[in-house]
Amino acid sequence: MTGVVLWYLNRATGITSLVLMTLTVVLGTVVRRHGRIPGLPRFAVQGLHRNVGLLSALLLVTHVGTAIVDSYVDIGVSSSFVPFVAGYRPFAVGLGTLAVDLLLLVLVTSLLRNHLPLRLWKAVHLTSYLLWPLAFVHGITAGTDLGGGWLLVLVIGCAAAATWASLAALAARRNTPPSAERAAAAVTVTSDAFSTGTPVRVFRNG
Amino acid sequence: MTAMTAPSLTRGLLDGPGPSFGDHVVVDGPLPVVDLHTLVQEAALMGRGGAGFPTATKLRSVAAAAASTRRAPVVVANGSEGEPAAAKDATLLLLAPHLVFDGLALVAGSLGATTAYLAADPALLPALSAHLADRSDPVGVRLHPVAYAFLSGEESALCAAIDGKPALPRTKFPPVRERGVGGRPTLVLNVETLARLALVARGSTLAAASMLVTRRMEIGGTPWVDVVDVPLGTPVGDVLRLDDAQAVLIGGYAGTWVEAAEAAQLRLDRDSLAPAGAALGAGVLAALPADRCGLAETARVVGHLAGESAGQCGPCLNGLPRIAAALELLARPLTPPSGLLRDVKRWSGLLPGRGACSHPDATVRLVASTLRVFSDELARHRAGRCRGRSARPFLPVPGRPQ
Amino acid sequence: MTRLTVDPIACTGHGLCAELLPEGISLDEWGYPMLAAGELPPDLLRTAKKAAAACPVRALRLRDDVRLG
Repeated sequence: MTGVVLWYLNRATGITSLVLMTLTVVLGTVVRRHGRIPGLPRFAVQGLHRNVGLLSALLLVTHVGTAIVDSYVDIGVSSSFVPFVAGYRPFAVGLGTLAVDLLLLVLVTSLLRNHLPLRLWKAVHLTSYLLWPLAFVHGITAGTDLGGGWLLVLVIGCAAAATWASLAALAARRNTPPSAERAAAAVTVTSDAFSTGTPVRVFRNG
Repeated sequence: MTAMTAPSLTRGLLDGPGPSFGDHVVVDGPLPVVDLHTLVQEAALMGRGGAGFPTATKLRSVAAAAASTRRAPVVVANGSEGEPAAAKDATLLLLAPHLVFDGLALVAGSLGATTAYLAADPALLPALSAHLADRSDPVGVRLHPVAYAFLSGEESALCAAIDGKPALPRTKFPPVRERGVGGRPTLVLNVETLARLALVARGSTLAAASMLVTRRMEIGGTPWVDVVDVPLGTPVGDVLRLDDAQAVLIGGYAGTWVEAAEAAQLRLDRDSLAPAGAALGAGVLAALPADRCGLAETARVVGHLAGESAGQCGPCLNGLPRIAAALELLARPLTPPSGLLRDVKRWSGLLPGRGACSHPDATVRLVASTLRVFSDELARHRAGRCRGRSARPFLPVPGRPQ
Repeated sequence: MTRLTVDPIACTGHGLCAELLPEGISLDEWGYPMLAAGELPPDLLRTAKKAAAACPVRALRLRDDVRLG
């Protein structure tokens, strides 16, 4: 394969993977927030989250593979897992390596979800919020063609989507009071609602 | 007063010599060595914590769990008294703490437990600590302060609190008798159960056949609250003055209302109470005076119970506040929004068995009995009237002025 | 006998279970699951396992009871 083809393949799979990872994060937060995507049952949203995540991981295999095979850039096999050892843009590439390491952990723990303690799965899964920024910064620093045009729009769009999704998830977490306070709050809210004749919202226990 | 031979055999729990260890040893005698399992089985001792579970069965299960898990069990004397209307545990701990410690020592010895706790209101602990200092039990008792919460005495919540975690119930897989305090098999017994056990061990035949009742009534408009030791099977009318009462709350806030006339026909045992939809529970008997509104009283209580939900399970967290708010509306001498009773019934049906503990189940039973017993009052309120004439609340609710 | 159980503390009412196993699970008016009582019919076992795997908080479990209680 010529160097140019490898380079374009690497670039294409990198960009697509980032887009899919963004979508994965967004879908994950939708599930977390008990949200809906119009027209889709909840299990479909969850299924999409899972499958889009798997797809982005698959694309990453090609992305990493083409970088290794391409002799134009000094990125060896060890760079797949060991960060900051590449010859070409070691820091930028290293960020990508870290992202891949985290993704591998998230993937493996998710596939083994039913056999692992829930706390462990959750802790690893939460590193996705670190994974995405690593992949993003890797993308804009290791790539060479961010200059302008559609790619810039795409990248900004991904950043906006991921940021919005993360903030929405954080807000949902903040709006759920800890156990001890929930009941008292629910009683007050309900009492007020009944006396004013307004509908009572559903209280979430987590 | 000097002691005669074996007065423990005939004495009530509260008729003892008082809290001093010296008096206790003189009057009650030393702690005997007994085959506890057989003793408790034959005495058919039932738990006095509210659930009325056979103590022998509990003892056996913890012993079995300890054997199969090969972990030394933990014993806990539960004096948390989460029931606001009850005062029996506090009274017992004030008047006869050594019977409780004796009972705890007996179960600890029988199970081979290496750790023992007594959980109670922080205000009681200094005196209890002093009493403990007079004793030399093989297994030292650790005193654990329990801040008030309706669910503070729930077994799994109590074990969590002892472990330093939030005092919230957890799911019963596995139950505390298998994995409780520190992950070890744990026997939790009410302090009254333990005190009775201590008397049973000394040969008393009465102890297992009596119960502590917290009586709440008004005599000539003056509130009366006391704790009495009463033989099981005693007619309710012999324990409570019912002349001026319209209804009786039996058990506590996890109990049910019974109309006064019906209550007068009941006896304090399972067979008599069950057909009336009642149970001994925490041993509270509260006679609602004629000049109170039962709906308003219960609405206040249920409002408190809803706020005391652990907030861990969706149905309870959603159902109880709605039921409480509905009762608040029904407690007013106004026509309620249409369909409110139907809503209460529907929400009530969604709660039993769907939580980690039986709090919603009990509250729903209380509400159902309220709507049944005070149906006349419901009609009166719809017509804009109310029989309540006194501004003074009858049933105590923590955090609200009494 | 195999039974479906839900851990009421872990369950936050996502509702995926009711979508995947409508014959065995329905949702109350607050979105929390109500399980059909009794033993799980053998022909629903496979679907039930999928539903349990899909629960975002792993509150839905399949339990084997030799005897109840």
